[in-house]
Amino acid sequence: MRIIPTRAWAATALFTAFAILPFLADALDDSYLVVIATRIIAYAIAALALDLILGYGGLVSFGHAAYLGIGAYSVAILSRAGITDLGLHLAAAIAGAAIFATITGAISLRTKGIYFIMITLAFAQMGYFFFVSLSAYGGDDGVTLAQRSTLFGQPVLESDRALYYTAFALLLGLYLLAVAITRSRFGRVLTGTRENPVRMRAIGFSPFRYQLTAFVISGCMAAVAGVMLANQTNYVSPAFMDWHRSGELVVMVVFGGVGNLLGAVAGATVALLLEEWLSILTEHWPLLFGVILVMVVLYSRDGLSGLFRRRT
Amino acid sequence: MTNLFLLQLLNGMQFGILLFLIAAGLTLVFGIMDFVNLAHGVIYMVGAYLAVTFSQVTGSYGLGLLLTLPATLMVGLVLEILVFRKLYDRPHLDQVLATFGLVMIISEAVEMIWGSAPLSVEIPQFLSGSVPLIGPLRYPVFRLVVIGAGLLTALGLWLVITRTRIGMRLRAGAANRNMIAALGVDIRSLFTIIFAFGAMLAGFAGAMVAPILTVDPGMGESVLILAFVVIVIGGIGSVKGAFAAAILVGLVDTLGRSFGPILLRAIMDPSAASQAGRVLAPMLVYILMAIILALRPAGLFGAKS
Repeated sequence: MRIIPTRAWAATALFTAFAILPFLADALDDSYLVVIATRIIAYAIAALALDLILGYGGLVSFGHAAYLGIGAYSVAILSRAGITDLGLHLAAAIAGAAIFATITGAISLRTKGIYFIMITLAFAQMGYFFFVSLSAYGGDDGVTLAQRSTLFGQPVLESDRALYYTAFALLLGLYLLAVAITRSRFGRVLTGTRENPVRMRAIGFSPFRYQLTAFVISGCMAAVAGVMLANQTNYVSPAFMDWHRSGELVVMVVFGGVGNLLGAVAGATVALLLEEWLSILTEHWPLLFGVILVMVVLYSRDGLSGLFRRRT
Repeated sequence: MTNLFLLQLLNGMQFGILLFLIAAGLTLVFGIMDFVNLAHGVIYMVGAYLAVTFSQVTGSYGLGLLLTLPATLMVGLVLEILVFRKLYDRPHLDQVLATFGLVMIISEAVEMIWGSAPLSVEIPQFLSGSVPLIGPLRYPVFRLVVIGAGLLTALGLWLVITRTRIGMRLRAGAANRNMIAALGVDIRSLFTIIFAFGAMLAGFAGAMVAPILTVDPGMGESVLILAFVVIVIGGIGSVKGAFAAAILVGLVDTLGRSFGPILLRAIMDPSAASQAGRVLAPMLVYILMAIILALRPAGLFGAKS
């Protein structure tokens, strides 16, 4: 019982920090801070989505970057067609992700363990190659967006701060949604399928149906992150779906500690700040990042929240 | 048309053989140690780079190839002792992350040492010609050598696995590793041997293709994911399955790229056909995987599901 209030406090602190960040950026006269923070929030949404199935369902998806790409390309394709409304972009992204997740999830979930990891990776790679060979949208080079999504026909998101708060609102909403899902009956059954699918089946649940539903929800959430990411960079390319990106999402979840949602948000923040910091130090930052990653895996079992829990 | 088909058939074979050399090491590690190794692709890449450097230093591609084998064996040994050994009892998630970290480290180190510009190595003089097949059709000797060497390796591997004591232990380990550990087999050193051997096979593949492909820092990744597809289709832990699936994937990928647009032209107009063909061809292998898994979740030769 002690952990839950702690988590509520930690969540309040983290989200308050996000809420006041633009004012802090003003005070420091550093507008780049808001740009980085928007990127962090977009990845936090994707990491949150991944933690929902990885932490609660025990499904290690190594292909979640595919949904970032689906979200990002929804923005690119609709904008090209003259549709710029954010709501429609989100709707298209969610619909696209739901279709992709239902088909690939239904096949991947027939398998377990290592097979599942490799198959989700392979399907994401299939999406990657699809967009690489889609020459109408720039193929490998991607496509630059003429403008950001609009809200009610108004180009309000052109302001970095408005985009930041929109992303923040989405993160907060999706976080609360994810918490509600994990506490619901559905969430408990999902956790049950992670712990012991045989018993769940014996007491009358079909693990496959619950896992597939969770997989689709997670994919749709990650697609929302893709929409925000495309708006932040004003640029969409297959690189969004690169398997390194999927790996980074898993890293974020594990950095924060698997299976407590808030950890995913914190993990995304830490991983991206670490990346920014290391890239200032040296252009060969992936080397250092890799070393840190290997060390964390070998010597700290529960990521950041593990350290936190041990100290309190 | 028939000539083109024959040519692409050989190219597909050669690609499949290459995939087999990489997938063989992976599938053993997966099957016996239940271990996910994302770093296998970068070992293939390191093999190619080492072959380039050794060939330049010694002035001979053959010597370079021979030196690459023990060198990649050492790379495998060092990685096993430093990192992998600590991960066997960990969940798959930890293994994925740690080896993903290794991919970042090794890729970046390769770029620091060799730069990011593509490198190449000369095909040795006596293998650089081409042989006539039928009619006016000719095929490069070196590519035939690659196919031959791959087939010999597959045969050797089959002999080791079915006819030797270590092969017997290997098969026993794949069936039940706790049991053979209980029977007094030193499973730790068996793991180390398999690992180093798998790394050497990947390095061998890298060295073999160094003269015909460009050697660049991205070469390990696309092959790694195709090797995953091969293992999944073939069934984890089955070397036989890996061989069949590798040839299948190599042929489907190569033939799909060259004949997909031609076949599509029968049902749509030429420009749409070439466009659709270009988009569909790279996805063909994954569609194949999806179909096979939908029918047989454990792969073609997989015993365990």
